[in-house]
Amino acid sequence: MAAKTAVEGIEVSIGISEAVGLADADVIAAYPITPQTHIVEHLAEMVAEGELDAEFIPVESEHSAMSACLGSSAAGARTFTATAGQGLELMHEVLYVASSMQLPIVMAVANRALSSPLSVWGDHSDMMSVRDTGWIQIVVENGQEAVDNIICSFRIAEDKRVLLPVMMHVDGFYLTHVIEPIALPDRELVKKFLPPNRFPLPLNPDHPVTMGDFAPPVVYTEAKWAQEVNLRNSQKIIEEVWGEFHKVFGRKYSPVEKYRTDNARVLLFTMGSFSETAMEAVDKMQGEGRDIGLVRLRLWRPFPFAEFREAVKDADVLIVLDRAISFGGPGGAVCSEIKAALYDEPRKPKIVSIIGGLGGRDITVAGFEEIIERGIQVAATGSKNEYEIYGVRE
Amino acid sequence: MAKPENELTWEDIDIGAIVTEPGSARAYRTGFWRSQRPTYDFRKCIKCGICAMYCPEGCIGQNKEAFFEADLYWCKGCGVCARECPTRVISMVEEEE
Amino acid sequence: MENYSVYVPRLLTKKNNFAPGHRACIGCGEALAVRMAAKAFPSNTIVVNATGCMEIVASQLPYSSWCLPWIHTLFENTAAVASGVESAYKAMSRKRGGDGNVKVVSIAGDGGTTDIGLQALSGALERGHDFLYLCFDNEAYMNTGIQRSSATPYGASTTTSPAGKKSIGQVTWKKNMPEIAAAHDIPYVATANPSYPFDFIEKVKKGLKVKGPAYIHVYSVCPTGWRCATDLAVRLGKLAVETGIFPLYEVENGKYKMNLEIEKFRPVNDYLKLQGRFRHLSEDDIKWIQNRVKEEYAKVLEKAKNDRSPKRLAAKSKRSAEKIPA
Repeated sequence: MAAKTAVEGIEVSIGISEAVGLADADVIAAYPITPQTHIVEHLAEMVAEGELDAEFIPVESEHSAMSACLGSSAAGARTFTATAGQGLELMHEVLYVASSMQLPIVMAVANRALSSPLSVWGDHSDMMSVRDTGWIQIVVENGQEAVDNIICSFRIAEDKRVLLPVMMHVDGFYLTHVIEPIALPDRELVKKFLPPNRFPLPLNPDHPVTMGDFAPPVVYTEAKWAQEVNLRNSQKIIEEVWGEFHKVFGRKYSPVEKYRTDNARVLLFTMGSFSETAMEAVDKMQGEGRDIGLVRLRLWRPFPFAEFREAVKDADVLIVLDRAISFGGPGGAVCSEIKAALYDEPRKPKIVSIIGGLGGRDITVAGFEEIIERGIQVAATGSKNEYEIYGVRE
Repeated sequence: MAKPENELTWEDIDIGAIVTEPGSARAYRTGFWRSQRPTYDFRKCIKCGICAMYCPEGCIGQNKEAFFEADLYWCKGCGVCARECPTRVISMVEEEE
Repeated sequence: MENYSVYVPRLLTKKNNFAPGHRACIGCGEALAVRMAAKAFPSNTIVVNATGCMEIVASQLPYSSWCLPWIHTLFENTAAVASGVESAYKAMSRKRGGDGNVKVVSIAGDGGTTDIGLQALSGALERGHDFLYLCFDNEAYMNTGIQRSSATPYGASTTTSPAGKKSIGQVTWKKNMPEIAAAHDIPYVATANPSYPFDFIEKVKKGLKVKGPAYIHVYSVCPTGWRCATDLAVRLGKLAVETGIFPLYEVENGKYKMNLEIEKFRPVNDYLKLQGRFRHLSEDDIKWIQNRVKEEYAKVLEKAKNDRSPKRLAAKSKRSAEKIPA
């Protein structure tokens, strides 16, 4: 039965911290970096005031933050951390270890542009740099989704059939620093929805285990294949958890989210908070009689191939907006993946890659209309360029 | 008993490649590394246990007569026991083929 | 100190938490040191190990030499992972009861401590986590093939600081890691040596007992890297102490204590001539080293003898954010 809790204006970062509190995390390792600071500040406050009973480790770098999470999760504690941009890069090597050692850590990433030049503002370049790390990755578009998916992330990560770390991508500043209408889930319901963490083989003197052996060539492939199979299979359980969340809290999440795509011949693809602005553009253009729709990925890893192919199968044009440049490559990273996912389909739309919104550059509703028109034009006439860059002053 | 690494299938890999058998390395016969071997003149052995304390492998134990002797399954022939023995019980000799 | 009756070794526990079948080199002094230290680990110990010789030799998939819970992740983060394990047990036992009484021990080499691991170690020491950090110092990055670290002694020839026509080998003096640890104001710092096993094991026990971070710097002979005979692990350790090169001391709550005061020093050449890595040194070099060794030893002795300050109050555990009464 959907539980109705009061909707309040809450800053999204605060909402995320409150969700971590509702999930009753045991250990939080945190290093501050804009724009994630409000998340860890509020968590520190919650611990200091006794609202959340957890160990707050103020580590000395992001690399140590994720390392402390490794130790904590291996010991069997519910573990959380948050980072952004450069911090995500600094902990890069540790991310691979977290996923291949199957430690159920939950991390909120406040997506931020990468240096140099230094930019604290939001884009997806940090998200794109960690595609291959083996983490489950969920992208949210507004504050309510952020709060809900923190709770789902713990449940997904700690499920015995999954046991993988989960990254929740939330746009820096555009989401982290805005006040949105959020209904914090009821604490008792969360307790019922989220069972206690029972990692099956923790570091425990009662049953000594050895974690982190090295693998000679004769066995490394088997270890990696086991990891890949596990990540792919996790999609089933992610959808299961989202289904149950819908039953208890009334809000539904899917790996691919569609907006007014029925009968739409032209589809725009976005990820993250820009999706809501894009929806406004879609509404406006549909109001003018255009058959434009919007497709978004909620589940970035494991990539939901079947659902995505299904969502775009009837379109003629698919315009993909990327918020990061993959330098020297064939276009936006997400667009490359989409092209690869659709390559063997008997019927596929014309795919146009557009890159914009870098380093905190806003795209307005009118901007999205421009992007859609440009995409339709390029699909019709073709282009010498691998991709279009939107908004650069020439 | 752990399967040797060249027989493991991907399904044999435990979660996160964890190893659940403590001390399973005991199965590995480091004794094959030896090029010299300890020999003993137990008439001089005073059963002090110093060789057992200083063995890097930890393979020295007490035999039936309670004299301290290396387990040749693991003994690598380093010679630390021979050097540290206070009564010169141990001498290192070339390992035959 | 170490005038033990010759039968006392038999009182050591027979249990080997670090089991034979490990793949350390023939005559490895570091394996000896780890095995000895592990004899002092109670059964509720959790070991966090850095990448390095001791990690590689003990953990080839699917085997393990460890009979205690053990985790290895990366090279430079041992102290950070240990912080996580310690905090997890603190939180879990406080929130859900159960026996939170575990001892967290970090094991790392000199490279993983004085160089790449220094940041994580400094952070963990400053935060005051309750754990014991053991640095097994074989004076170079041995596992990757004998490259120099900041713990390599002056004049030693390694593959990245080779002795040649234009170089004496390592051109800097060994980084004083115990002093760096002591500067963090932690309850217990010590240097130890497996050639003095009972002192070593007592120090490990002390480090485990202390509330808060403890750091022990352990001298480890590496016949492969130091180019010496395989049976010298214990002998070289004794020479290192008797020449004053590796003083054995403790710092308890800021108060220095020299464990073994050398009356008559052996000349450093007795120690250097047994090792191929010092073979190229001239007489002048050795004289310079001799003087510097005497200086460094005197510094520690001075701190031990002349410290008239009262024993520092054991610091309130920094991790407990209790309000200090007015």
